Amino acid sequence: MYKVYHTIDNLSGSVITLRAEGVQYRELAEVTSRTGTSLAQVIKLDHDTVTLQVFAGARGVATDAKVRFLGRPMRVPFSDNLLGRAFTGSAQPRDNGPELTDNMIDIGTPSVNPSKRIMPRNMVRTNIPMIDVFNTLVESQKLPIFAKAGEPYNDLLARIALQAEVDIIILGGMGLKYDDYLKFRDTLDESGALSRTVMFVHTASDPIVECMLVPDVSLAVAEQFALNGKKVLVLLTDMTSFADALKEIAITMEQIPSNRGYPGDLYSQLAARYEKAVDFDGAGSITILAVTTMPGDDVTHPVPDNTGYITEGQFYLRNGRIEPFGSLSRLKQQVNKNTRDDHRTIMDAMIKLYASYKETLEKQSMGFRMSEWDQKLLKYGESFEKQMMDLSVNISLEKALDLGWQILADCFEPGETGIPTKFTSRYWQKSV
Amino acid sequence: MTTGKIVGVNGNMITVAFEGAVAQNEVGYACLVDGDKKLRLMSEIVRIRGRDADMQVYESTNDLEIGDTVEFTGDLLTAELGPGLLRQVYDGLQNPLPELAKQCGFFLQRGTYLNALDREVKWEFTPVAAPGQRITAGETLGTVPEGIFQHRIMVPFSFAGVFTVKSVAPAGSYTVEKTVAVLTDADGNDREVKMFQRWPVKLPITCFQERLMPTTTMVTRIRPIDTFFPVALGGTYCIPGPFGAGKTVLQQTTARYADVDIVISAACGERAGEVVETLREFPELMDPRTGRTLMDRTVIICNTSSMPVAAREASVYTAVTIACYYRQMGLNVLLLADSTSRWCQALRELSGRLEEIPGEEAFPAYLESVIAGFYERAGVVRLKDGSVGSVTIGGTVSPAGGNFDEPVTQGTLKVVGAFHGLSRARSDARRYPAIDPLDSWSKYKSVIDNRRVDRLREILREGNDVNQMMKVVGEEGTSIGDFITYLKGELLDAVYLQQNAFSDVDAATSAERQQIMFDLVEKAMLAEYPFKQKSEARKFFQEVAQEYIDWNQTAMDSEDFQSRLEAIQKKIEEASQHV
Repeated sequence: MYKVYHTIDNLSGSVITLRAEGVQYRELAEVTSRTGTSLAQVIKLDHDTVTLQVFAGARGVATDAKVRFLGRPMRVPFSDNLLGRAFTGSAQPRDNGPELTDNMIDIGTPSVNPSKRIMPRNMVRTNIPMIDVFNTLVESQKLPIFAKAGEPYNDLLARIALQAEVDIIILGGMGLKYDDYLKFRDTLDESGALSRTVMFVHTASDPIVECMLVPDVSLAVAEQFALNGKKVLVLLTDMTSFADALKEIAITMEQIPSNRGYPGDLYSQLAARYEKAVDFDGAGSITILAVTTMPGDDVTHPVPDNTGYITEGQFYLRNGRIEPFGSLSRLKQQVNKNTRDDHRTIMDAMIKLYASYKETLEKQSMGFRMSEWDQKLLKYGESFEKQMMDLSVNISLEKALDLGWQILADCFEPGETGIPTKFTSRYWQKSV
Repeated sequence: MTTGKIVGVNGNMITVAFEGAVAQNEVGYACLVDGDKKLRLMSEIVRIRGRDADMQVYESTNDLEIGDTVEFTGDLLTAELGPGLLRQVYDGLQNPLPELAKQCGFFLQRGTYLNALDREVKWEFTPVAAPGQRITAGETLGTVPEGIFQHRIMVPFSFAGVFTVKSVAPAGSYTVEKTVAVLTDADGNDREVKMFQRWPVKLPITCFQERLMPTTTMVTRIRPIDTFFPVALGGTYCIPGPFGAGKTVLQQTTARYADVDIVISAACGERAGEVVETLREFPELMDPRTGRTLMDRTVIICNTSSMPVAAREASVYTAVTIACYYRQMGLNVLLLADSTSRWCQALRELSGRLEEIPGEEAFPAYLESVIAGFYERAGVVRLKDGSVGSVTIGGTVSPAGGNFDEPVTQGTLKVVGAFHGLSRARSDARRYPAIDPLDSWSKYKSVIDNRRVDRLREILREGNDVNQMMKVVGEEGTSIGDFITYLKGELLDAVYLQQNAFSDVDAATSAERQQIMFDLVEKAMLAEYPFKQKSEARKFFQEVAQEYIDWNQTAMDSEDFQSRLEAIQKKIEEASQHV
């Protein structure tokens, strides 16, 4: 039925080339070699020369390996049977469950028509004041968590997964340590969230091409759930591994690198995935939280930099806390007008004062005398860090706002805060 | 018709072996047979080598095969220009997106192309030209009302030479496809003119008398822009800034309040969510000048980041072509491009696939001339009938790492008349709009006398220097005079340069109010204060700032406006006389 080819011309990294005819761009092929069988995808056509990337890597692939073209693009199964299961990047079972083959769907579906999107309007409560008060998470938002290696980003992700009110959680792991995968699975299992979770996990030791597939399969499945009216939260960790996989393939393909070896289309590649976050007019929604580790804690590194331009804000995780500077939820304006009328005021005032506190701290570290104003700021900064910023704080938005007024009243006079009088006259209270 | 066969596919690039003649930038369609469906994928020739043409495909190239047919059209990429453009939402190739959604549902199906202008809608045509009249390209044949505007039906811009009007349709209601005039050229050939025309987007429209100097300030109602870094009608400006510094909010505020007739909003390679905000909000927001919704004066060109890259490259040209079309009617048009960096990245992707020798950061060597060519399409022009129209272009730039030394920012700075640099330090401190008051510049005229502005700018600069110095020598090592200068700078920043885009009153400050506000802040900044103690000085300035901010939230027609103003004036006078 399908023609089988036996002669491979070039092998390099995970990329092989051979001569073949009647092949479609992005078509899938099966490469059978002494070491086993793997799927491969067409990534370039040039006259009769076909270039394929082999999902399992080209290691052990012989020049006489069998290549059979399947006449279809990459697909994943979709049904409720996915829930509670774990798969690899190429959608093979990672747990001991059965392989699923029913209702196969294409990955890499076209872009959503912008005129069919609706304005994000629902807040996703997390009970973390640094998120709820200062940078509210909104349904259908795409937000990265920027952190350097070693920060507890996976813990934060897991906590958000457990506390956020959504129907389905899709976890896409890229370059995960095996322990991290197990930890995610166990945390979700203990809290009973595993039954509404699907995991697509590529661990650090798996073939690199599978890493590139993880966001696509995760989001293709998420999209189907969303079209069926479900609120889906997609957690991706870590997108830097995904970008590095792109880089690896691009370099193997001898593409001209643009910045630090990354391909010129890095922005478009990342955007194609992040833009899957959507609130469908008349169906469900997809919210994306994605960890992006910053090599060398450098936000100007191409991966976090390009990500920041695509996503609707970002959380910086530094020293185990969500940093108020730089962290931003662009969509918060959509929802924080409907929470409580003092929400925005508290949010702005506390951050401005915290910025002044940081300046005072700098002065203090240089040994300058602290003025009365500086003393007030120091007191404020400490309370703010301890009572608000600490990630272990677990209180509702309303409680957090009250707490904010209390901290302000403990440290300042109303006129010193820059808050319009109409708010201070209503909310300002000295704690007893 | 010239045809060809695909001999290579690489990303969104295809290589086509053609037979016959083709032109650079000619449009062709790659034919894809998918089961029983036949899809035609729009593509554009970007390079010709021997008998092979490299084409960028405006769609996903998945499933294309070696040997698939490509049909060439003989035309360059064109935009449809005619009544009915306003209120529309187009993709980069001028497909109406709401119409596409009706046909295809949630997702953008490739290979579906629709007419940009509705063929069913009828327009009330009033003839202007008379038979026998001598007429040239860009002159008016008749008008139709489009919202609040008199939409001129013009001699197509592509008609070279002088024509004689043979006939003009009588007043009546017609669809855009109706022939409204017949013109005779110098050789006696008759040519029919419809209500709409096509124009190749990559060529500038030059059917006007002359270009004029941009001298009128475009009021945006954003204080730091109008007062400190103004933009002129027909001018160009750029807003570079790191992510999260507020570029998009600034663009949206400008789109809302700028004192122009028409706003073309080109969302180029940015988030779809932002377009949705405009889409859903503008139809409900009233334009105070016209009493109609903002959507009535808006065209949105939207090629978001996940849509095909090649169409992103086309989208800015589609946008500027529509802008220049309305300029031909004597209107003031503002084109907001967000973000030009994404457009330049599209050029880079293409250049990489063509394996061209890369320039800095792998951008192509011709980047600067392409950017310059785009911004040069702005300008004030005197039309053939003597009326004046303008296209103002404001582009955001998203420099990698927020570093302005990169090629796109530098290439843009060379060709624009104003630079609104956004700073991360300001946005981190929530000082919005985060336009850096010391680094930014403008070559245009302010709504306030430029000399008065410069004097305050000088104090701001001195205040900043004092602040830098204080970081080294501390507050106690700073003289009271210097300290007051620093506080003055902070006051100007807090009450004038910062503006709350989400407050009903503060979001937009009219030119008139800016005058009053400027007088007051100038008074506070030029006064001499005899404070002995720094804490005393700080307290005074904090209080003035507080009252001023409260006043900023007070509408001009409210009762409190005048009394609050006087209270602040009095406070300043008392403090400065209190020797």
